[in-house]
Amino acid sequence: MTMATIETSRPAAARQYAGLSLRAWRIVGVAALLVGACALPFALSSYHLFQATQVLVYAMVLLGLNILTGFNGQISLGHGAFYAIGAYTAAVLLDKTGVPYWATIPLAGAVCLVAGFLFGRPALRLEGHYLALATFALAVSTPQILKYKHFEEWTGGVQGIVITKPDAPLGLPLDSDQWLYFFCLLWTVPLFVIGWNLLRGRTGRAMVAIRDHPMAAATMGIDTALYKSMTFGVSAMYTGIAGALGALVAQFVSPDSFGFPLSIQFLVGIVVGGIASISGAVFGAIFIEFVPNIADQISKAAPQAIYGIFLITSMYLMPMGVAGVIRRATARLARMTGERPPR
Amino acid sequence: MQAFLHQVLSGLANGGIYASVALALVMIYQATHHVNFAQGEMAMFSTYVCWLLLQAGVPYWVAFILTLGFAFAAGVAIERIIVRPVEQAPVLTVVAVFIGLLLIINSLAGWLFSYTIKAFPSPFPSDAWYGSPFMSPHEVGMIFVTMVVLALVFFFFRFTPLGLAMRAAAQNPVSSRLVGIRVGWMLAIGWGLAGLIGSVAGMMAAPIVYLDPYMMTGILLYGFAAALVGGIDNAWGAVLGGFTVGVLENVAGAYVVGTELKLTVALAIIIGVLVIRPSGLFGRVLVTRV
Repeated sequence: MTMATIETSRPAAARQYAGLSLRAWRIVGVAALLVGACALPFALSSYHLFQATQVLVYAMVLLGLNILTGFNGQISLGHGAFYAIGAYTAAVLLDKTGVPYWATIPLAGAVCLVAGFLFGRPALRLEGHYLALATFALAVSTPQILKYKHFEEWTGGVQGIVITKPDAPLGLPLDSDQWLYFFCLLWTVPLFVIGWNLLRGRTGRAMVAIRDHPMAAATMGIDTALYKSMTFGVSAMYTGIAGALGALVAQFVSPDSFGFPLSIQFLVGIVVGGIASISGAVFGAIFIEFVPNIADQISKAAPQAIYGIFLITSMYLMPMGVAGVIRRATARLARMTGERPPR
Repeated sequence: MQAFLHQVLSGLANGGIYASVALALVMIYQATHHVNFAQGEMAMFSTYVCWLLLQAGVPYWVAFILTLGFAFAAGVAIERIIVRPVEQAPVLTVVAVFIGLLLIINSLAGWLFSYTIKAFPSPFPSDAWYGSPFMSPHEVGMIFVTMVVLALVFFFFRFTPLGLAMRAAAQNPVSSRLVGIRVGWMLAIGWGLAGLIGSVAGMMAAPIVYLDPYMMTGILLYGFAAALVGGIDNAWGAVLGGFTVGVLENVAGAYVVGTELKLTVALAIIIGVLVIRPSGLFGRVLVTRV
């Protein structure tokens, strides 16, 4: 190692920016974000609050998909299917059994964990394009499976299932929209913390190692088969939890809302937000919630066209997505304001 | 028995379409090892071009030929402009670009031609002598057209210098470049041919599935299944796979799972093949040296 690399790899915490270390700035930023997130429901109209809640739901999906595709390198074009499984698990439980709404969320997560693990097992043998193909097929055929007449007794067939919105518990002074937002936030924050810990630690390094060089990873003693299928399971679990929450938010599940376009939306989300980036999940969620809504006012074809254009141009211009652009910008800012490392 | 025979034969007719799509996929896969997710949308768009020409009063077969020309040019253009920069990129990038292409072509068609479903004429009159209780004239004609296209493609690759150059470029780009073959252009021509073959599938399928921007989604899925059954690097396998999948789909749809689960049959075939025999029936078994 040369002198220069030692200098630049010095812990960033030691450097100060405007009196605070980088680490402290980061904590301040996250805290501000959380306070802002908690204040949001009191400032927004009910429609905008619904959109904000959707963003939380999408953020969880995108984090799940990013764990699989971004960090572990397994391409999934079919996460809409796991979202559907989560949503339907919650909806069927609410509709047919007396399970309270809050208990359906972890159950949906558990069902998806198993489903993802089981799908991940055969997917072990598939790499790159082949996995994309298999998951593409899964995405396209999901609505058909949900409509299947022998499941109709539970799934309600083409009609789907209507769900009632839960009220705030313990006499909290919140209306049901606000409570639902906080309920989603209560799931989003822990899932992000868990995801952050998972990806920063030993497990995350193993996942990334498998993505970058499977053979070397196996040589280092990583059980690649187990890790890959577990990653699939965990990713599906995140997506399933989000699906169950999404069903509560939309108050309705129906087969045709879980088709190929949904899976594509998730792919666009991680690509635009930033592949292999945790904060990218949030940016991606904001993108897929708001941009199609704006584009829809131009023409019916516009949202799809914009997705397509963004998919291609982000690959050419910002391969690490919005998160990558921000990371580069802050690094440049830090270089400009902070002391320059000696050359 | 008669009903069963009818199912098998009309499965064969659909199989012709799947075989064409599969062949188009295999051509691109052989040359670049990319799976073209936008293949179906390219075919759909070409079919709209044919429809436009027909609306303008152009006779069917003239419109057919003109559409083939358009599909070829569009394929070449897409390779040159969009695919070329990401040729060596990681798989995720390539997949994202293809999906982006799929979305753009689809929305372009929706924007230009609207999302309403349109009828598309068949060039084969419904009272033609080659019709029978088992197969409609269009189905017979469809198989015939598919066969002609496949034969032409075979002769092109087997007996023309350009075909030989293209095979060489796909098999060994470095050596081909050394003997003076312009490998980049060979890839572009490959894309053009794939677009052309796909457009035949689109024009033959449209009278049956009707013309709308989403007409090819299911067909593309069967095309994938067909390509995988035959082995994704084997052209003959893809064709045979197409007919197999067509018959399997129809028979399973009629007797086993019902028509509502037909797409799921394709999913089952794809996953089944990938798990049991990833190289397909006729594909080369890849051995990686460690």
